[in-house]
Amino acid sequence: MLRDEDRIFTNLYGFQDFGLDAARKRGDWDNTAAILQNGREWIIEQVKESGLRGRGGAGFSTGMKWSFMPKNVVDKPVYLVINADEGEPGTCKDRDILRHDPHKLIEGCLIAGFAIGASACYIYIRGEFYNEGSNVQRAIDEAYAAGLIGKNACGTGYSYDVYIHRGAGAYICGEETALIESIEGKKGQPRNKPPFPAQAGLYSCPTTVNNVESIAVVPTILRRGAGWFAGIGRPKNTGTKLFCISGHVNKPCNVEEEMGIPLKELIERHAGGVRGGWDNLLAVIPGGSSVPLMPKETCDTVLMDFDSLRDVRSGLGTAAVIVMDKSTDVVKAIARLSSFYAHESCGQCTPCREGTGWMSRIMQRMVTGNARVEEIDLLLQVTKQIEGHTICALGDAAAWPIQGLFRHFRPEVERRIQAYRNAAPLAAE
Amino acid sequence: MPKLTIDGIEIEVEPGTSILQACEQLGIEIPRFCYHERLSVPANCRMCLVEMERAPKPVASCAMPCGDGMVVKTNSETVLKARKGVMEFLLINHPLDCPICDQGGECDLQDQAMAYGFDRGRYLENKRAVQDKYMGPVIKTIMTRCIHCTRCVRFINEVAGVPDVGAVNRGEHMEITTFVEKAIGSELSGNLADVCPVGALTHKPYAFTARPWELRKTETIDVLDAVGCNIRVDTRGSEVMRVLPRVNDDINEEWLSDKSRYAYDGLKRQRLDRPYVRKNGKLVPVGWHEAFSAVAAKLKGLPGNRVAAISGDLADVEAQFALKELLGRLGSANLDCRQDGARFDTSVRAGYLFNSGIAGIEKADVILLVGTNPRWEGTLVNARIRKRYLAGNVKIALIGEQKDLTYPYAHIGTGPEVLQQLSDGSHAFSETLRNAKNPLMIVGMGAFQRADGLAVQAAARIVGEVYGMFRDDWAGFNVLHTAAGRVGGIEAGFLPGEGGRDIHGILDGASKGEIDFVYLLGADEIDTAKLGKAFVVYQGHHGDAGAHRADVILPGAAYTEKNAVYVNTEGRPQLARLATFPPGEAREDWKIVRALSEAVGATLPYDTQTQLRQRLMAANPIFAAVGQTTPAAWAPFGAQGPVDAAPFVSPVANFYMTDPISRASVTMANCTEALVGPAQERTGTHG
Amino acid sequence: MSAPASDHGHQHGHEPTSFAFTQENLELAKRIIAKYPEGKQASACMPLLDVAQRQNGGWLPRVAMDAVADLLGMPRIRVYEVATFYTMYNKNPVGKHHIQVCTTTPCWLRGSDDIVHACKNKLGIGLGETTADGQFTLGEVECSGACVNAPVVQIGDDYYEDVAPEHIDGIVEALKRGETPKPGSQIGRRSSEPVGGPTTLAAFTTTQADD
Repeated sequence: MLRDEDRIFTNLYGFQDFGLDAARKRGDWDNTAAILQNGREWIIEQVKESGLRGRGGAGFSTGMKWSFMPKNVVDKPVYLVINADEGEPGTCKDRDILRHDPHKLIEGCLIAGFAIGASACYIYIRGEFYNEGSNVQRAIDEAYAAGLIGKNACGTGYSYDVYIHRGAGAYICGEETALIESIEGKKGQPRNKPPFPAQAGLYSCPTTVNNVESIAVVPTILRRGAGWFAGIGRPKNTGTKLFCISGHVNKPCNVEEEMGIPLKELIERHAGGVRGGWDNLLAVIPGGSSVPLMPKETCDTVLMDFDSLRDVRSGLGTAAVIVMDKSTDVVKAIARLSSFYAHESCGQCTPCREGTGWMSRIMQRMVTGNARVEEIDLLLQVTKQIEGHTICALGDAAAWPIQGLFRHFRPEVERRIQAYRNAAPLAAE
Repeated sequence: MPKLTIDGIEIEVEPGTSILQACEQLGIEIPRFCYHERLSVPANCRMCLVEMERAPKPVASCAMPCGDGMVVKTNSETVLKARKGVMEFLLINHPLDCPICDQGGECDLQDQAMAYGFDRGRYLENKRAVQDKYMGPVIKTIMTRCIHCTRCVRFINEVAGVPDVGAVNRGEHMEITTFVEKAIGSELSGNLADVCPVGALTHKPYAFTARPWELRKTETIDVLDAVGCNIRVDTRGSEVMRVLPRVNDDINEEWLSDKSRYAYDGLKRQRLDRPYVRKNGKLVPVGWHEAFSAVAAKLKGLPGNRVAAISGDLADVEAQFALKELLGRLGSANLDCRQDGARFDTSVRAGYLFNSGIAGIEKADVILLVGTNPRWEGTLVNARIRKRYLAGNVKIALIGEQKDLTYPYAHIGTGPEVLQQLSDGSHAFSETLRNAKNPLMIVGMGAFQRADGLAVQAAARIVGEVYGMFRDDWAGFNVLHTAAGRVGGIEAGFLPGEGGRDIHGILDGASKGEIDFVYLLGADEIDTAKLGKAFVVYQGHHGDAGAHRADVILPGAAYTEKNAVYVNTEGRPQLARLATFPPGEAREDWKIVRALSEAVGATLPYDTQTQLRQRLMAANPIFAAVGQTTPAAWAPFGAQGPVDAAPFVSPVANFYMTDPISRASVTMANCTEALVGPAQERTGTHG
Repeated sequence: MSAPASDHGHQHGHEPTSFAFTQENLELAKRIIAKYPEGKQASACMPLLDVAQRQNGGWLPRVAMDAVADLLGMPRIRVYEVATFYTMYNKNPVGKHHIQVCTTTPCWLRGSDDIVHACKNKLGIGLGETTADGQFTLGEVECSGACVNAPVVQIGDDYYEDVAPEHIDGIVEALKRGETPKPGSQIGRRSSEPVGGPTTLAAFTTTQADD
């Protein structure tokens, strides 16, 4: 188990004030100028060495991402954009950073922005997080007033502005290019890549988009050393991680733990165990709604990190652990996700616009068994027709939970279909 | 130059070429719905997916730029599966109403479904129904058929520059709509139905009238303005069923204005289909012989200087040339093709042509519009200016009436004095012109349809001289005509001869009784009250102003009913081709003049159109280069003199009704009703 | 499941004929526009729609969208696209209290069906409906992003968390009385820590535990 002294988000639960004074007491903004004075290259190298992988779901090396930014841009501004459009079902970790530890984020914004040569940062906060956004704005105001950001940030001569931009209800804006479109005042429809944001992002300027947690951990990594962070967890899956444990556990919670903690330990130590005991576990979605679920036997031993979960054909995603006990109608649980994706599809590209609705409708019928057995294969084919064929990853995210369901619970669906036909043989025809 | 391999074939392409374009260069067909080569690339339909080595998933070939060393497969199992999958998605919510769909037979979705569709549907849910939208008098919507390719949204935003169409809602509820269900305020709206790959947007006037496979297609040109758009006229039997644009990158690219496209119903109304002679004040139908006899009787013994001819906006070159020769034989030098009364020097070609060419607009970096509303006077010229604007780094300024031209411009004055201030450098815009590499000026008829026209022309020329618009490597001085017959008439010499009267002299003479005989070759935009007591022959195809005043009517052919030459504002001769025969006893126009010449004892020396054209080419070699422009050399033109401070006024008061055909069109009347403010004058073009 | 009420099928029977930003909101708009680079004022579209909606009692009539478009120099259709894309813009009038129950899987696993049921019973209306007195609109939303405090109900700008059906009566009654019920966990949790207290961060979770 992670020791408290290795936890970064010491005010995760908001027992202390989120304001600047309290944040400083927790170690934030402690001689940030000294960090910046090490230079851009040093910062990027340190973050690379720490092994930090993006906390928004894709798990791409944060330092590597920064190093893709063009150097010596003179003819246009460079932007850092923070993805605080947290909306992946199961996920509520960034919310705690925004409302309880915003100074960690803002300090991270300054350091990351400096590292990529940005002149300004936009923090895109989902519109529903009204109060959370207000806390961030207050923290930004404090930081400006204290000279930590703005002109001559931290007395380094570096000028850097931080703004918040609120969303208005669209899951897809968590996709980085949709988020950029949204800041530009348009519908949140993802862009084709290339060009990648590093070449042409916000206002067609070089842009890096990072998740809240990825950025908020950076100041601590740089203070305590890349080696410290890299020493936590497992190789290539390093550091601490915020986990969200929801669903059928006795004590749902967020907690910062070591990357690679066994799922069972995570649930039992922090979330009070599965409702009705570990043996009452049916399945777990380990990384937010977009990753395939895992049946209990996988959950018994799996470790919570990128590679371990990939190896069991699921994913760490946002590390949002959705626990389902044996009372769960697992078909309905996944069908509800299908309707979520149909509702959140932006509608621009064909497979997702048409396919998410189709899958959702079949899934609704599968819940009651009002379907034919052949439709299971049809449905799986539809998931394959979407997967990999869309502009962004929402199509994949809509397909994977269904694939996961049938990988592990196909007999259950077949049983329902049979039961439905037995109960109403005519209606089923 | 990136080199890549597509289906095992190596190809080297220009940087920036997309994989789809590279495939086209190799003759490999890539199915697509959203991609349109003249619009931005959203890559949303996902039909053009191809497999690329080292890419984890198929890539949209329309949006992926070619890179060195790429290895692309367009025909693998993965690709085929991807396309079939996309096709199925497109079809699940598409209605099965092909049998009653006007797009049937020329539908991209239908065609590609033949290649990539399943033979039966697997979608067991209810299909989506979408409410139809009102998009104005020419576009019919059946929105349930929409496949959300957004070509229409991109066209109207990008090419038309009238952001009236968008996609609202999201996911499967996404719908194409106009804002507040209003008519689209663009003169290019008909192109929406062309770019629509399915039957969601179709042409309202064409609805349920024909199937594409039963239509005869005639490639010809449009004459409802002086741009010379290339069109295809589709006919069934003797009826024009529709008009479509043809691609000509020098002129209209692949677009067409709503007037040129939809005025064709005017070809069926108000037609002159037999000769008439006025007897006891009333026009009475007669045979050709009697009509000719009446003309001959009137001309008999009449001195040439009491005879005159005026040609109209739709007159073709051959008829004007023949009529000019006939007038010559009758001893008359009183003829003019400028029925609108425009005063400009015709002695130097550079002085009245669109010298840069329409495509040349794209090379300009400063554009000065003088006395013109190009949006209404030459819609496709305006579309080209907008295209130039979208490409960036151009400054546009206007002298004249302020109108929404679909791009921003500086309004730097209203009248000719601004030209003088520009040439002496005292105007603030002079600096911009001085710094321009390729400055371009477009002078409209609004600058010439005034008493000081010749002086304005000279003032414009001097601006051109001062700022380098007459260079060996750049011709930036342009005149935008509004009449399709005008430049052809000038080139054919349908102008006052030695000592002859121009349009003003003719009308003045007729009203004073000094002219006894006026031949109107399709001239309808003149003040017929000024014809006084003159004997008037009207040769033309519509019962419009000229025919009403006529003593003899000789029924001619409309532009879709004859083989004829027209010269556009660039000085480019182009061929109109016969798509249907003229109605009733109407005849091709040059033949009427030829037949009449014999009846009046002044037989013209050609029996065939070929003979006529040979004589025409001998008279002016520019006619030999059909489809080409012959560069015009600079020489001083215009007449320097005092100018009137009065502001320039565009000659077009109602875009939709500018000539006898569009005035007879119900569709154009509907457009006028929906789109031209009631306060605006709804009568003809000119004076 | 039915989509949230504000999504589609707009009716415009209640459309006002004019909308003008208040002087105060115009000042606010200026400050918002200033957050974005020159020439990029379209970025202010979303925040200004929010300002307009708040000024207009929680919903966006078309005239308000027009006002935003005109203020920002955007084509009106672009603003209409944005307003219809994002679910937080209400294209129809909503009650004074907009009650939105999250029903996505994590909340559903913790009983959001019962919460919806309790709300319907208490208010006497269905999803997407407004009470006759115009006080309450009931809706369903997709994941609110507070999953470890499920089930979650949003009312206006506030989240009510760890909600049980029996809490609904008290919340609605308080709203009727014009009070604002205490947002956050309804079972006494500080925030996202486990019930009964954190398992971690002992030194950081005691000092100000009760402020």
